[in-house]
Amino acid sequence: MLDIKNLNASIEGKKILKNFNLNIKPGEVHAIMGPNGSGKSTLANVLSGRKGYEIEGTVYYEGKNLLEIPIEERAQKGIFLAFQYPIEIPGVNTNNFLKTSLNTIRKFRGLKELDSLDFLKLVKEKSKKLKIEEKILSRQLNVGFSGGEKKKNEILQMSILEPKLVILDETDSGLDIDALRIVSEGVNSLRDKNRSFLIITHYQRLLDYIKPDFVHVLVNGKIVKTGFSDLAQELEKDGYEGVSIAK
Amino acid sequence: MKQQEIEKAKEYKYGFTTDIESIRAPKGLNEDVVRFISNIKKEPEWMLKWRLKAFSRLKNLKEPDWQKPKFPKIDYQDLYYYSAPKSVTDTPKSLDEVDPKLIETYKKLGIPLQEQKKLSGIAVDAVFDSVSVATTFKGELTKKGIIFCPISEAIRNHPDLVKKYLGSVIPITDHYFATLNSAVFTDGSFVYIPEGVRCPMELSTYFRINASETGQFERTLIIADKGSYVSYLEGCTAPMRDENQLHAANVELVALDDAEIKYSTVQNWYPGDKDGKGGIYNFVTKRGACRGKNSKISWTQVETGSAITWKYPSCILQGDNSVGEFYSIAITNNHQKADTGTKMIHLGKNTKSKIISKGISAGFADNTYRGLVKITSKANNARNYTQCDSLLMGNECGAHTIPYIENKNSTANIEHEATTSKISDEQLFYCNQRGLNQEEAVSLIVNGFCKEVLQQLPMEFAVEAQKLVGISLEGSVG
Repeated sequence: MLDIKNLNASIEGKKILKNFNLNIKPGEVHAIMGPNGSGKSTLANVLSGRKGYEIEGTVYYEGKNLLEIPIEERAQKGIFLAFQYPIEIPGVNTNNFLKTSLNTIRKFRGLKELDSLDFLKLVKEKSKKLKIEEKILSRQLNVGFSGGEKKKNEILQMSILEPKLVILDETDSGLDIDALRIVSEGVNSLRDKNRSFLIITHYQRLLDYIKPDFVHVLVNGKIVKTGFSDLAQELEKDGYEGVSIAK
Repeated sequence: MKQQEIEKAKEYKYGFTTDIESIRAPKGLNEDVVRFISNIKKEPEWMLKWRLKAFSRLKNLKEPDWQKPKFPKIDYQDLYYYSAPKSVTDTPKSLDEVDPKLIETYKKLGIPLQEQKKLSGIAVDAVFDSVSVATTFKGELTKKGIIFCPISEAIRNHPDLVKKYLGSVIPITDHYFATLNSAVFTDGSFVYIPEGVRCPMELSTYFRINASETGQFERTLIIADKGSYVSYLEGCTAPMRDENQLHAANVELVALDDAEIKYSTVQNWYPGDKDGKGGIYNFVTKRGACRGKNSKISWTQVETGSAITWKYPSCILQGDNSVGEFYSIAITNNHQKADTGTKMIHLGKNTKSKIISKGISAGFADNTYRGLVKITSKANNARNYTQCDSLLMGNECGAHTIPYIENKNSTANIEHEATTSKISDEQLFYCNQRGLNQEEAVSLIVNGFCKEVLQQLPMEFAVEAQKLVGISLEGSVG
């Protein structure tokens, strides 16, 4: 599904990712853990197409050169980024935004666009399942949302848009335990053999709820260690310092 | 079509011209031209006198020059003041007599003139250059006693109403452009809603400039008698021409006791090309008088076209408890300029006014909100709320807010809020990441920004206006 080879990314002349390699197969859940400044968010940004990076190396997504695909087309092709800091867009109704987004993506996939009635039905069903209050959707997009509400909104969008590759960029940061559970259950309910996840996190606690297939440790722009989900616990105990030295 | 022309046509889809034979007044501005217009309209003597009075006053007036957008001197002698399709110089009695080419033009513009299209439920008066070509749904309106007709017809058929109200809100000596209009106005709409009648449908006038080197000077007069209600909408387009064309309209509204007038404008005159060549000078005087107690006048404008937009739809709140509202979206892109806002003049007791202005500036454009809230010594307990928001796109455009407040009454309550913001790359990226392309994203964000104003438009036009908002800003974000 996703094949990253020798990826180098710099911003304003500063090298962030250095010869980064990663391969994700359909249905796999990968967690990337690392200290602040290790390049975690840069990875999410490069994959989703945010501008401002100088990039070398190759990234293939479903056999296509991802780096040549415009941002919106990446989204239409099934890449979903759950933002670390979802942005506020005043005046734009959340439901309306999501409906526009869903229909753009459906159109791209050759599916019929949903009318308002069908859309609302879908939203009702999904939000009930995720135990997310539907009423946040009638508010302006992310405006005045609490940190938890913003993240829940991302998860609800994810479940409605049904992406193929989900990138969670520190979705767990700033969440209380209840919100964390809702977010994790949202992710778990979407796990299936065709959908892959790249979970970027600073802390191990999210991985108590979402069991990844692989855990990678990112230090200084490089993966220094890869293991199974028990690696996360190890990290919690020894810290990133320990891991990078052990290598 | 050459590639360049195709590009151009994409920018402004109403930019075509209709090849139609027309009758014109001789070029230039003089007493003979005023007489020519009055004569061809078969006006009574009193109307000619009124025009000539305005014309003689014009000689002593100078164009105002305090506005922010400056423009090269207009040579008033180099313009045509009257142009009409040959086939309608004798006003057509019914749609069957209208030149099919004209019907075709309006069809292209998406304006239904066929009464069969009852579904649309909107009565339309279409003004082509200097004459009104067709008014629909006349029969149905007449049954209720509503008069909706070209003003030239009203001058002949309803002289008492016209004499009583024409110039009663905008005096003929008001200022240069208003006086010019009073001397040479050609056509426009006249609406009278009788006492206690609620107009059952939207009334709409569609203005189209077609001829070159021609100024358009329309005149609209709407009177809502006691306890009546009317919602009125005007739309405008013009062909793409390299020269600047002058459009100086006067619109007067009169609301008597307990009456309400809702006046909406979707202005999409040709804005000029990307480099600022050509486009309409939209210098319009719009004023409403809430003459009766408990009356209400609400202006809603969506201004996306014109090279320069210079207008202040205003309310004179004479009647006690009367209400004035102004909702505005002014979008300027490329080299467009706008200096627009409103005046709320509180004369009566317990009068209320509300101003919501949304200015959007992109490219090299310059957008100014200018507004006056005036509370006189007798206007006890007057209230005003003003909110002016500006949105900037890119680094080359400008936004200015110039509110004037004159308060002579200590019981007044005046609030003013203003914000300036930019569409951020973060917002665009968020939308892109959800599958929307740049233009869809801009349109979504801008429509969100304008929401409070768009909500005021009649339903049928809100959708159209939303699209227009998106289209006007196409290509504004790199």
